[in-house]
Amino acid sequence: MNVEWYIVLSSLLFAVGAMGILLRRSPVVILLCLELMLNAGNLALVAFSKMVGNQQGQVFAIVVMVVAACEVVVGLGLIVAIFRRKLPLDVDELRELRG
Amino acid sequence: MTATSWSWLVLLLPLLGSIAIALGFRALPAKAAGAIGTAAIGLAFLCGVGALIHLLGEAPDARHHASSLWDYASVAGLDIKLGIFVDPLSVFMVLVVTGVSTLIHLYSFGYMQSDEGYHRFFSYLNFFVFSMLLLVLAGNFVLLIVGWAFVGFASYALISFWYRRQTATRAGMKAFVINVVGDIGLVLAAFLIFRELGTFEYSEVFAKAPQVFSTNEWTITAICLLLLVGAFAKSAQLPFHTWLPDAMEGPTPVSSLIHAATMVTAGVYLIARTHALFVLAPTAADIAAFTGLATLLVAATIALVMTDLKRAIAYSTMSQIGYMVVGVSIGAYSAGMFHLMTHAFFKALLFMAAGSIIAAMANEQNIDRMSGFGRAMRFTSVTMLCGGLALAAFPGTSGFFSKDEILAYASARGGMYLIFTVLGYFGALLTAIYTFRLIFRVLPGKPCPEAQELIDTGHVHHAHPFNPATGEEEDTEVGFPGPEHHIAESSLPMRIAMGVLAFGALFAGLVQVPGVDDVVTKFLDPVFADSPLSEIHPSLTADWIGLAIGAAISLAGIGIAYFLYVARPETPAALQRRFSAVHAFLYNKWYFDEAIDFLIVRPALAIGRFANRTFERLVVDGLVSGTEDVVGGGGRLVQLVQSGFVRSYALLLIVGFAGLALYFLLTSS
Repeated sequence: MNVEWYIVLSSLLFAVGAMGILLRRSPVVILLCLELMLNAGNLALVAFSKMVGNQQGQVFAIVVMVVAACEVVVGLGLIVAIFRRKLPLDVDELRELRG
Repeated sequence: MTATSWSWLVLLLPLLGSIAIALGFRALPAKAAGAIGTAAIGLAFLCGVGALIHLLGEAPDARHHASSLWDYASVAGLDIKLGIFVDPLSVFMVLVVTGVSTLIHLYSFGYMQSDEGYHRFFSYLNFFVFSMLLLVLAGNFVLLIVGWAFVGFASYALISFWYRRQTATRAGMKAFVINVVGDIGLVLAAFLIFRELGTFEYSEVFAKAPQVFSTNEWTITAICLLLLVGAFAKSAQLPFHTWLPDAMEGPTPVSSLIHAATMVTAGVYLIARTHALFVLAPTAADIAAFTGLATLLVAATIALVMTDLKRAIAYSTMSQIGYMVVGVSIGAYSAGMFHLMTHAFFKALLFMAAGSIIAAMANEQNIDRMSGFGRAMRFTSVTMLCGGLALAAFPGTSGFFSKDEILAYASARGGMYLIFTVLGYFGALLTAIYTFRLIFRVLPGKPCPEAQELIDTGHVHHAHPFNPATGEEEDTEVGFPGPEHHIAESSLPMRIAMGVLAFGALFAGLVQVPGVDDVVTKFLDPVFADSPLSEIHPSLTADWIGLAIGAAISLAGIGIAYFLYVARPETPAALQRRFSAVHAFLYNKWYFDEAIDFLIVRPALAIGRFANRTFERLVVDGLVSGTEDVVGGGGRLVQLVQSGFVRSYALLLIVGFAGLALYFLLTSS
């Protein structure tokens, strides 16, 4: 199977994730979309690895998964903290970092 | 020991004395401090005598020595040594300065007894003498400037000695500021000398100057005029004289020291020392001589109407310095220096006598309130009379010989210099009148209450002292003599000092009787031998005719004073009413203070305010606040991006990366 299709799928996934981050307001959904973008990257890495014929791309994909797991831990921790303090679960409301 | 090592000792002793007293003021008892100070100057005087004896043992032409301890700075053609120059002129000055200063120290020993700042006083006093000696002995212009500035500082410290007294601190500042103006002139002159001649050493400068400069070339004239600015500021000549009468705010020994032995004679010494330059710039020398003449007349007229005892004597000092400046400027070098010496004797004496009287009057200096001290303070009044006679050039006294020698030289030089003789004699008449005005007002007559108390009880006890100028009560905690300060008749050290000076005032003239001995002229001649002006000598007959005229004028002046103030005491008041405008003009010191205020101080202030309004506000503030505005504006602009919307950050991120990716794609293809 041609590698282009994988890349197209990866791009679509990435675009869906990016749009989700830009448009949605719930932190949980934004986290999901972030995962989507990371996995789009993973898909592209694995596809290229298969095309080139060595395993380096797959190793990178595994590293990305580890990073993604860490990121989810931090992100979910934040969400739980926000929830506990009875703050609104809406990123537009949480804008105290405004300059 | 050589002459130079004696001279180094002369410098070292007062410096050591000053430092020892300053560091040991807690440990030393008051008397010890005074003794150390007096001894330091006394030993310096003895060392000066040592140098003198050494010089006299040499051939007259070989009587100059330079010596240096180490190099101050040695870079790029500049070679400044910490060096001294010993010749008859500097040794003469050393002897006058240390000799009179020793006596003044002795006088202060008694006079300042009850003052809280005894140690401080003697430390300053020693430092003052050290600075003056440094000035006199310096072997190059750099060290001269150092000594010059030290003297300025020391005078500031001593004039403001009673530093809780507002008038005293103001007077100190005024003296310092005017002296700094003089310092600038001197420094600029030194720059010019170095630019033209490439050296600061006296001997080289004076040797090279005639080869480099032609007579009356503008550079040499400029150098001499700048030197004159320095000399006039230090010697209180017009128009830099206003600090001198104000300097009377200091304790009386300080007035005596500043006016007699040190400081004001520095300008005369400078002109005499640099006579080789003034010979090349006759215009500058004439300007100096005419300024001296103007000063001597202006100051003498002011002294006629001053009611403040010390200020009247101060104006008399200005007037006498005028004679000296005339002398050394027109070429009567040794006569000018001789007058410097005799003046040191009788002026120091007059100040001491005035100090005793002022102390008895509890710092009251107004002669309208004084009378009858002749009976109350016999010793003081006798010595004051001696000083007065010498100042009035009474025949046979020291001032008689020294003043007439200058005037005789002026007439021998002839031409326009006859003006100096004529007006000089007129000044002498005024001198005799104002001197005996003071004496006739203070000594004879019905005793004033203080004098009466002295006659009755033998001492005066004063309540808390107050400042006669402003009426405010004196702060005795900081060094002002308290109520226990009652030197009714002088204590023994004061008497010794005044006695020696009275002897000098009366008889010092005998060393220089024309045609008989001429000790001073013979001693100083080798220094001035290179000047063509020193060839001129008034003939012996002219000398004696001059002396006869001088004697007549002096006696006439004393007679007029007697007539005005003793025989017909109501005439001065009548004259004052008749010529009230003239009196007001003189009493306000020819409005010099006001003129300087109007011409210099106010414009300077106005320029300052103008610069503050325009340059400071617009340019300086503009630069500063402009920078601030740019940075702040940039910050506010960037702030807009920081909206707090996470999504907008993400958008920026994505757009940014997309843009980068697009860029690389486009460039790589």
